[in-house]
Amino acid sequence: MQGYILKRIIIAAFTIFLVVSVVFFIFRMGAADPVAIMLPPDATPKDARILTEKFGLDKPLIVQYWNFIKRAGHGNFGLSFRYTEPALKVLFARLPATIQLGLVAFFAAVVIGLFIGIISAVKPDSLIDRFGRGFALAGMSLPTFWVGIMLILFLGVTLRWLPIAGRGSPLHFIMPAFCLSLYPIALITRLARSSMLDALKSDYVLMARIKGVPEFNVILLHAFRNACISLVTVIFSIFGYLILGSVVVETIFSWPGIGRLVIESFFARDYPVVQIFVLFVTFVVVTLNLIVDIVYAYIDPRIRYR
Amino acid sequence: MWRIWLFKRNRPGKKNDISSGKKVRLKIPYLGFTCLALFFFAVIFADVISPYDPYEGDLINITLPPFWQDGGTTAHLLGTDMLGRDVLSRLIHGSRISFLISVGCISFYGSIGVILGLISGFFGGKTDMFIMRLTDFWMSLPGIIVLFMLASVYGPSAKTLILTFGIMGWPNYARIVRGECLSLRERDFVRLARVAGCGNLRIMLSHIFPNIMNTIIIVATIDVGGIIVLTATMSFLGLGTQPPSCDWGLMLAEGRQYITYAWWLVTFPGVAIVVAVLGFNLTGDWIREIFDPKQKLR
Repeated sequence: MQGYILKRIIIAAFTIFLVVSVVFFIFRMGAADPVAIMLPPDATPKDARILTEKFGLDKPLIVQYWNFIKRAGHGNFGLSFRYTEPALKVLFARLPATIQLGLVAFFAAVVIGLFIGIISAVKPDSLIDRFGRGFALAGMSLPTFWVGIMLILFLGVTLRWLPIAGRGSPLHFIMPAFCLSLYPIALITRLARSSMLDALKSDYVLMARIKGVPEFNVILLHAFRNACISLVTVIFSIFGYLILGSVVVETIFSWPGIGRLVIESFFARDYPVVQIFVLFVTFVVVTLNLIVDIVYAYIDPRIRYR
Repeated sequence: MWRIWLFKRNRPGKKNDISSGKKVRLKIPYLGFTCLALFFFAVIFADVISPYDPYEGDLINITLPPFWQDGGTTAHLLGTDMLGRDVLSRLIHGSRISFLISVGCISFYGSIGVILGLISGFFGGKTDMFIMRLTDFWMSLPGIIVLFMLASVYGPSAKTLILTFGIMGWPNYARIVRGECLSLRERDFVRLARVAGCGNLRIMLSHIFPNIMNTIIIVATIDVGGIIVLTATMSFLGLGTQPPSCDWGLMLAEGRQYITYAWWLVTFPGVAIVVAVLGFNLTGDWIREIFDPKQKLR
């Protein structure tokens, strides 16, 4: 098991390195000249040259790449073109807002989704099941950004109950967190229900009932533990969704997090910030995949690894 | 009280008893069919049924409300936007964009993902290792980032969007199929098939594949609707189709600036998205229940 975990960690590190390289080359080769964008229109060619040298953009690509890797090793990812501050600092300044929103949405999704999903499977066709199925369908079918806009239109513009933009009071959380967790709730409800239904139909649940295990234990200890296997992957994959979702939700509600930062930076062609966003997200996702792999091996003994 | 309700066994023979041998009659999703029919009607007959040219503005009649409101006319049933373009015509033509982008992408990357997932989960060892590392690598590039990169090279457009989805979609399928495959290949019926002398290809296609069909259909169902939403989302953020395209997401983005006095510009495109997505989701569920061998056999 330890050797297995160690191997996974090495592979994860290599993945991150590969992503760093790909990201660097694609951004540098494909993008327009950032110096031209940053300078005011009345700048002289000399100004342009100074700026180019300052950011090291005049050197050959391979030298730039080597410098990038060297600096990345020290945790230095270059200056943001827009803020003339280290890109990492710019990102970290905006990070807490995103994490707050993301965690609220994540826990809401897991708790509500599992709760509705399990009860729906135990009592098919009950009121909760019907509500759950309706809600799951709505969550899958309603686009997040449209829900956000409709909420702004009704609760913000027409009724004036909730603030429509920014961050500050707990009231500011309600609409963005609702938007962000809508799809994950639907996803978890749906998968929890279907995998619980499969588990409840199985022979080991029948066996447990024949043995006279109390129904509560049958549901949670026998059925749910087996249903968990397919749920683990989905629950972890929600983090990936939350990153994309935060870009959308933060844009709509002017939430000062990294999602909005990356959109702004993209349109301003501020590559270091976009790069650092990519690398940060990569790091998070690779780490999560690592955890999923390890958890998988623990909870499902049928899955054999060499 | 609720504990008694929750932990009481469902009575055998009742309709909510899942362990009984009775086959539950399938409900036909009329709402889903209606939505889907509406969507395909718009896709096929867009040129015939739309009352105006979706790209032709009429600067005299800008931001007209829908016909039932004061100031609206029946000439423009759902009103006009800030350039005087007919909202209804733009919605109808927008369906074509959603259709082309979504259906094409999914059939393309879905098949890649399933094949790789099957190979990976079945053979295990080095093959599995290689494909899963590739998948991890792919998944650690979040789709939106690949879109950022491609959009900065080729400029944001519908083509960039299709390319991104085509490149990014398969790992999800591969991972899920592989996960199922891993636990299936340890099952007795696969071992028995091996004892009976079945080859690798035969075991994969006729013993393992039917057992994961259920999952693939659920995932693909979620995906068709999902891609429509994603296309609209990216266009909304300005990373997808560009003006004057009548993509629904783009219409929402353009209407968003006028949210305080032109509610119809942000409402109807969203309704169109919901109709299309609902159609695919409901019909997909229905198909899943038909093709689900587990439910049929029980």
